[in-house]
Amino acid sequence: MITTLLTRIRALRIRIRAWRAASSRRKFPTQVIQLGVIFVAIGVSVFLLRQKFIPESFGELGHYRADAVTANAALEPRYAGWQACATCHSDKVEVKNKSYHRNVSCEACHGPASDHTEDFIEHLPEVPVGREPCLACHSYLVSRPTGFPQILEERHNPVRPCTSCHDPHDPTPPEHPQECSACHTSIARTKAVSHHAPLDCEVCHEVPPEHKERPHAHLPKKPFAREFCGTCHATDATPPEALRGVDFTVYEIPRIDLVTHGGTLVCWQCHYQHSPEAR
Amino acid sequence: MPKTYERREFLAELLKFPGATLLLGVVGPVKLLAAAGADEDEYDPTEHYYAMGIRVENCIGCGKCVQACKSENDVPDEPFYFRTWVERYIVYTDGEVQVDSPEGGIHGFPEVATDKEILRTFFVPKLCNHCDNPPCVQVCPVGATFKSQDGVVLVDSDYCIGCRYCIQACPYGARFLDPRTHTADKCTFCYHRITKGLLPACVEVCPTQARVFGEIGDRSTPLNRMMRMSHLEVLKPHMNTEPKVFYTALDGEVR
Amino acid sequence: MASEELARLESALSQVSGFIYPNEVELHWSILIVIYPYLTGLVAGAFILASLERVFNVKAIQPTYRLALLTALAFLIVAPMPLQAHLGHPERAFEIFLTPNPSSAMAMFGFVYLWYLMVVLLLELWFEYRADLVRWRQSETGVMKLVHWLISLGSRDVSSAAVAFDRKAVHVITIIGIPSAFLLHGYVGFIFGSVKANPWWSSVLMPIVFLFSAIVSGISLVLLIYYVTSLLRRKELDMRCLNTLASFLLYALIIDLSLEALDFIHRLYESEESIEILERLIFSKLFLSLTIVQILLGTIVPLVLLASARFSRLPDELKRMVYFIAALLVQVGIFSTRWNVVIGGQLFSKSLRGLTAYKLELGGQEGLLVAIGLLILPFLILALLLKILPPWEEATTDPEPSETRLT
Repeated sequence: MITTLLTRIRALRIRIRAWRAASSRRKFPTQVIQLGVIFVAIGVSVFLLRQKFIPESFGELGHYRADAVTANAALEPRYAGWQACATCHSDKVEVKNKSYHRNVSCEACHGPASDHTEDFIEHLPEVPVGREPCLACHSYLVSRPTGFPQILEERHNPVRPCTSCHDPHDPTPPEHPQECSACHTSIARTKAVSHHAPLDCEVCHEVPPEHKERPHAHLPKKPFAREFCGTCHATDATPPEALRGVDFTVYEIPRIDLVTHGGTLVCWQCHYQHSPEAR
Repeated sequence: MPKTYERREFLAELLKFPGATLLLGVVGPVKLLAAAGADEDEYDPTEHYYAMGIRVENCIGCGKCVQACKSENDVPDEPFYFRTWVERYIVYTDGEVQVDSPEGGIHGFPEVATDKEILRTFFVPKLCNHCDNPPCVQVCPVGATFKSQDGVVLVDSDYCIGCRYCIQACPYGARFLDPRTHTADKCTFCYHRITKGLLPACVEVCPTQARVFGEIGDRSTPLNRMMRMSHLEVLKPHMNTEPKVFYTALDGEVR
Repeated sequence: MASEELARLESALSQVSGFIYPNEVELHWSILIVIYPYLTGLVAGAFILASLERVFNVKAIQPTYRLALLTALAFLIVAPMPLQAHLGHPERAFEIFLTPNPSSAMAMFGFVYLWYLMVVLLLELWFEYRADLVRWRQSETGVMKLVHWLISLGSRDVSSAAVAFDRKAVHVITIIGIPSAFLLHGYVGFIFGSVKANPWWSSVLMPIVFLFSAIVSGISLVLLIYYVTSLLRRKELDMRCLNTLASFLLYALIIDLSLEALDFIHRLYESEESIEILERLIFSKLFLSLTIVQILLGTIVPLVLLASARFSRLPDELKRMVYFIAALLVQVGIFSTRWNVVIGGQLFSKSLRGLTAYKLELGGQEGLLVAIGLLILPFLILALLLKILPPWEEATTDPEPSETRLT
């Protein structure tokens, strides 16, 4: 057997030598064919490797692994959603859903509660304690939308926890806010450093008493004509009763000719009424 | 009120019998399964196409959305990795615009310490826009990020090689590299929640309904109503990424 | 997460001015991604210089032909290393070959690189050296003989027909190689130039600017290597060769400067929204690396030096000293160019409202030490290649060098 193998190898070597010697009679020199063989071998192996290693689900739905979609969908939620809370705590949810906090989800204050729905004794949701959790939304920030209930932390019952007066699931204040600044803080603050500081809000706005209970349902009236501002600012005007207490030696009310000043525009188209400094 | 809620309400009433407390330990998870819709058909991604709306005029900058997202999606706590964040814009009367996002707004915002007169100021929540023409998907060399059939741009973290090209390509800064997995990461619209009929965590906890989730197309979702009744804008429209997060009252200073 | 990483990011956060998106504190493409275009630029530039000799018959630079090819190979071998080191998952890098995304310029890297390595550079070198390898083997022993046998793939034919075929093959491959070299470096420029999200990168000129700065860097590198190797071998420097190299370097520098000036003027004139933050970027974070290093030291000074030395009546010894200094400055300038593009593009926020900082660490996977190592490595490889495949005239045992050098 071995002798046959050796004879075969020897014969092969003779043939290769002869093939090499015949190089000049061929179109392509030997070296090119050698190279060609190598390149083809590389190409084929790359192709085969690709077939083996490309992930199975790749390309099913697009240029990505379809399994990735299921992988992304397979994570466990940590927030259960308020409807899950309602299954057991329907009394609280019912009360909350009629209150000012109806749009505040349970988990916004109590944290993720998916664990709690699995084992309600082992995993208890957190109960917010102190003023900080409430201040996160309700402390005054000038960038918060006007009308959103905000308080100045240091001035609003600074020592007491919020829950001593406000039930978090029905946070209707024990008394309706007396000052407009309770909800319209940034306007109040702007006005307080302006020339209209001595004017109470009611001087210009007719505020129905129900506004403090249901603000959106009972809107205050706003002035609608130039003559309104003219009651103080027209050349021949006499400031109304409401302003009698103001000391006009500190500053004088600027007077304008109501007919010619500002054309057909209404005053607040140029002057911001809560800070009307002429510029 | 959706049907499932009434069903659950009835079940809840039934179980108020004394001693039912013990049963709740068993029935609880079963009910959660029912609530998750195990009795309904399996989720078909071709029947949904998700988008989000943001009402800038409602945002109070409380940062609960940022907290909830990090909690729900196990995002690293450090202030360099955000799937969503809130920016505050303050426009002064002298024309200066100040923008800040302290730790993404996760602990809210500090008071503005300035005497300068403010012209206008507001908060803007940001997140991945799940663009319809996403530049991040375009540049991924291996196909590790993609737009799913239901319109959500997702990352295949088992396939991502961490080259960070997608992070460079996103015009909105919505992507980051997860320092633990060394793969790209970003908002997924809480894909694992929405495919089970839940809302994304950020939408769930928003106390003022500044975030609105839903589907586009012929669907009755809160988003659809918002798209009908409001004037909508998207971020950086000139980039032609076709974002699917729609803003109302978006100020011109917002980038 | 690692505490050094955290410290680095916190330090970067403290250096932010203005507003950046919260996710932008971390700079994603580090010095390794600066090195990659620098290396491929040298490859493309060296190859184009070599092609000048072979295809455009610039006989004067013949002494640098094989040297340029070997330089290109040494740098090409190292080129993918910074990319590999930078990946979040280097072990998954092969995915680029498995499932390349046809819309991604980066996916083209695998194929362009392989094409250039296998079909252009290796093939050209093989055909160029084959006859010499066969002849060397005949008088060698031991390891070198084995190495040469392996490289030549056991080839034995040195008949005039085979050698003529070799020469023709080199010629054809070089012609194919020129656009391939353009592609090898041009696509890197496209990777940056096509990112619409980044106004510093997004530009039609980016691939062109990259290419011309590559040509500049390649020519100057070959000049430097030729100079140093001749000194080390104690051989006379061919002044005709050096003068021609200096001329080409000068012309390439002029074109490169013009392109960069065009980009600059165009930006300034159009004055798009991003101009404000980019101005802040240039005059604060990038002032040193852009105005001083890239423009002044890296382009204008070498340009003046080259022009004045080349067309002056200085003695040769002084001339070549000036060429050397100019070429060195050019290298520094081109590296700085890559830095300004890659790092510069990440130093400002996409909100166009703020700037951040890049903290280059000493150690770590993407630190300075790794970067320096990667810059030194090609020279070590080149030294090895010069040993195995000596490009010098006297190593060639061609009986009639002038005759058989016909193209």
